[in-house]
Formats: sequence, structure tokens, C-alpha cells
Amino acid sequence: MKNARVGTYVAGIVFAIPFLFPFYLLLRNSLMTQQELGGLDWVWWPNTISLQGFKDAFANTSVPLGRALLNSTIVAVVSAPVSTLLAAMAGYALARIKVAAAKPVFALIIITMMVPGAATFVPTFVVVGSMGGVNTLWGLIVPGLFNAFAVLLFRGFYLRFPAEMEDAGRVDGLGHLGVFTRLALPNSAGLLAALGVLSFIEHWNSFLWPLVIGQDPAYWTVQVAMSTNLTSQSINLPALFASAVISVIPLALVFLLAQRYIVRGVMMTGIKG
Amino acid sequence: MSIRTASSGEQTAPRSPQQAVGARRRRVDWPAWRAFILLTAPIVAGLVIFKYVAMGWGLLLSFSEARGTISLGNWVGVDNYRQLFNDPRFQDALTMIVLFTLVIVPITFGISLGLAVLVNRLRRGRAFFRTTFFIPAAVSYVVASLVWKMSLFSGVPASAANSLAGLFGQEPTAWIATVDPPLYWIVIITVRLWLQVGLYMILFLAAIQNIPAELYEAARVDGARSEWKLFRHITFPLLRNTSVAVTMLLIIAAFQAFDEFYNLLSTGLAGAPGPDGRPPLVYLYDVAMGQQDYGLGSAGAFVVTLLIVAFTLAQSRLTGFGKED
Repeated sequence: MKNARVGTYVAGIVFAIPFLFPFYLLLRNSLMTQQELGGLDWVWWPNTISLQGFKDAFANTSVPLGRALLNSTIVAVVSAPVSTLLAAMAGYALARIKVAAAKPVFALIIITMMVPGAATFVPTFVVVGSMGGVNTLWGLIVPGLFNAFAVLLFRGFYLRFPAEMEDAGRVDGLGHLGVFTRLALPNSAGLLAALGVLSFIEHWNSFLWPLVIGQDPAYWTVQVAMSTNLTSQSINLPALFASAVISVIPLALVFLLAQRYIVRGVMMTGIKG
Repeated sequence: MSIRTASSGEQTAPRSPQQAVGARRRRVDWPAWRAFILLTAPIVAGLVIFKYVAMGWGLLLSFSEARGTISLGNWVGVDNYRQLFNDPRFQDALTMIVLFTLVIVPITFGISLGLAVLVNRLRRGRAFFRTTFFIPAAVSYVVASLVWKMSLFSGVPASAANSLAGLFGQEPTAWIATVDPPLYWIVIITVRLWLQVGLYMILFLAAIQNIPAELYEAARVDGARSEWKLFRHITFPLLRNTSVAVTMLLIIAAFQAFDEFYNLLSTGLAGAPGPDGRPPLVYLYDVAMGQQDYGLGSAGAFVVTLLIVAFTLAQSRLTGFGKED
């Protein structure tokens, strides 16, 4: 028994190494000089820690990193709460307001889950382009705000919402909207946080749509900016790794601080069908 | 404003014949309708515009010649679809993505399930290991591609893979800059594994922790001694719903692979793998954004969508999803 326990830990450590190794490379490379990183031999850690990469990353005028970080921040900070709130609103209405339209509206929303998002980027681009959304912030943000699956989750949550609480609200003179904003919403903070954090990560890391819609450097997100550097002919590697470190740090922090919510969100969003 | 409660209307006695007819036909609850419309209108409008109108327009475009334009009218029947299937690059892309799906789905499934079992067995330090396997999910495909392409699997002798191989006397290998041998598969498979394994591990872990401990006790009493037997006869069968869901999610994600292929393999002039490493979405990106052929690009979008639907349906048939519960 004891041997088995030790074996499990050994296996855990053996598997943990390849999972942590890329983070180490990211950090090591961002702290090296171009010369050292371009060398012929493997080095475990830079001889002298250089912050030149971080300076160069912001000094590159053809790929404006500061602007890209700002764009990504706007996209994620707007998209995460708005998309979650829109889904909560619809989920509540579909679960608790008994009108004849509830069933057809629910079907209309749920059917869109069958349309794979990335695979249909061309039709989406056509529509957003026709509305003048190319190279705009709204073009980056708005098409990503409507999450049918989150509606399904919120509807399920509000179906289990205690009727007594709703009745109490009614007695106090609240209408449907009042019950939603004063009672239902504050009591679904856990679900809001779980889906909101997941949505934040998703929007910060999203690549294909920002690449398609933000063609002007002024509308690049940080992912598009890094990709532009990565696929260009001459690369300042320490600068590129430095920008990668800068782009990962806020998310890693969110991840470590809100892991409880992320795990809960994954457990809910992962199992569908 | 909507202080009236939903049911108050039903209690008032009808005062005139018209109202009596109305009440019999169920009185319209205007405050409820107003609230319903206010709460659902934003998402309904968004989905109608960005899903329904987009798909409808795209479907019409796929039957039009639409080069450099998104306006309809120049109908060409199924020419776009014919051109698509006659293009060897698209054929290669389809072969590639089917192969990729067949490789990545079982490997991801196996490793995430294995890690879930492993983490579940750890008492102390479980949080540490769970976080370690899960935290790559916070990293973008672009950043991971950067690390894989420029540091882990770069062709220079100082890259991690080549340094490791050097310890065993191997010459440096150009991992992604060659198709012969197709070592770039190792690169594209491992990068996706690193990014997504933790997510599915969390799903499996949650399902494993829901299995009642008594079942294991009972099996031990019945003589199931080895851990393997317990896993085969208890854990795995009880994970069936999660397994089916995970497989479905993995297939949908694999078919839409774009980010890592675009960032790892499309170096343009450097002449990296080219058609060999070009999945359908990268092909469609070139067609729609490069050549601005939105008719062909829309046709491709529908082909890929149908493929995803077909594969997930086949998968649910094979696993008999929905028969139980």
C-alpha cells in the first residue's frame, strides 16, 4: 500500500514537469538577450537577467503592443460581464415568466448551439462587414456577446430557484423585472462569477475573430499582435517572449485567484448535450 | 412599474361580454409580456443577426460568385461547392483534419482521464497537482505556439527538444520546417494536449468524485482486488455520460482547429509544410481573407459545419448517447 502511494506521487511529479516546463521557457526566454537566446547551446538560466526584451516589446512601432493590450482589456472587460448578463436575463425570462412566446423563443436560442462558431467565421464576417464593423471595437466585441449555451445554464438554474422567494418579492410589490434584478440576480452570484471568469479567459485568448475583423494595427488585440510578430520574417525573440509573459500574467492571476469559480464553470459548461 | 401580480387579472369578474370572451381565451398578461420581451430581446436580436442572418446570407453567397464583394445576385448554382471539392488543397485539408481528429481525440481523452484518476488518488497536494495540470488552460494558442515553435521545438541546436535529443547523440531536427518525416505532427499534437488536457481532466475529476464510495467497497467484498479491475468495472462504466460529452466536445474543437496551425505552420515565405499542415479553417481563411472569395469561403463554412454535425451524430450513435437515463 505504501509503495503504491509513493508511486502515485512519483507519477504525479513526472507528469507535472512537462506541464510546467513551457512556463519556465516563457519566463527564461523573456529575460535573456537576443544574443544569448540565439546561441548554440542550451542554457538553464540567463547569465545576467536582461529586461531589454520588455523594453523592446513596447518600442516596436509597427506592432503597437500597448494599444493591443488596451484593446484586449476593453474586449475582455466588456464582453465577460455583458455576455453573462444577457444570458442571465434571457435564462430568467425563459424559466420564470409564463408567456406563450417562451417555448418558440427558447427553441430559437437553443438551435444556434448547433452552429459551430469558428467554422462559420466567413458568414459572420460578411454580416459584420456589411454593417461597417471591420476595424471597429464593436465589430471585435458585439458578435461574441450572445452565448446560447449560457442561456441554457441560467434557465436550468432559475428553474430551480425557490418559488417562495419570488412570491415574497411579489408581496413586496415587485414585478418580474424587480424580482429579477433585486432577488434572482443577487442570488446567482456564484453562477455569474463562474461563467463570467470563463468568458473573460475565452475573450482574452480568442484569436481567429480578432484576426479577421481587426485588420488595422490600431484594432489588433494582444493575441493578433503577438501572432504578427511570430509569423514575420525577422523576430526579436526576447521581446516576443516578454510580450507573451505580459499577456499571460493577468490571466494566470485570474486563474489562480478564481480557480474555484473556473472549476465550477467548467463542470457546468463542459457537460452538455 | 409592473406592480400588478400576474394572477390578479384572473380573479376579477368579467363585466362586459367582450371581456368575458377575452378572459375565456386567457387574458393577455401585459406586464409579463413586457418583462419577457425586455429580458430576451437583446440576445434574440443578437442571435438573429449574427447567427440566423449570417447563416442565411452565407448560404445564399455559397451559391453566388462573390469575389471581392459580399452582395448577392451573381448566381452560379453549385459551382463553389464543385470548385471546393475539386481543389486538391481542400481535399488535403479534409484528409488532414479527419486524421488530426482521429489522433487528438483519443489521446486527449486518455490522458485527461488518466490524470483525473491520478489526481483523485493523491490526498496531500491534490490542489497543487490539479492546478498544475489545469493552468495551461489560461494560456492562449498564440502564446503556446510561440513557445513550441521558437523554444521547445525550434530547429536550432539550443531548443529544448534538440538539446534533449543531443544527449542521446541525435543531430538537431527541423521539427516544423519539414514534412518528411512529418515530425510537425508531434508539435501540433503536443501543443493542443498541453492547452486542453486540464479542462477535460476537471470534467472527469468531478464525475469520479461523484461516484459513491460504497460501490468500491462492495466490489472489494466481491473480490475485485486490483485497482485496474475497480477502474474497469466501476469507475469507467459510471463515467459514461461524461465520456460521451467529452468526446463530443473534443471532436467539435478538433474540427475547428485554426490557431496553432496558423501560428506554427504558416510562415509564408519560409515554406514550412504548406498544404500538408493546412486544416480546413486555415484554407478558408486564405480563401476568404486572402483571395476575398466570400462565395467559396461560405461554401466551405457549410461543408465544415456539416462534417462536424455528421461526426458528432456518428459518435453519438456509436456510443448510444441518450439511450440511458
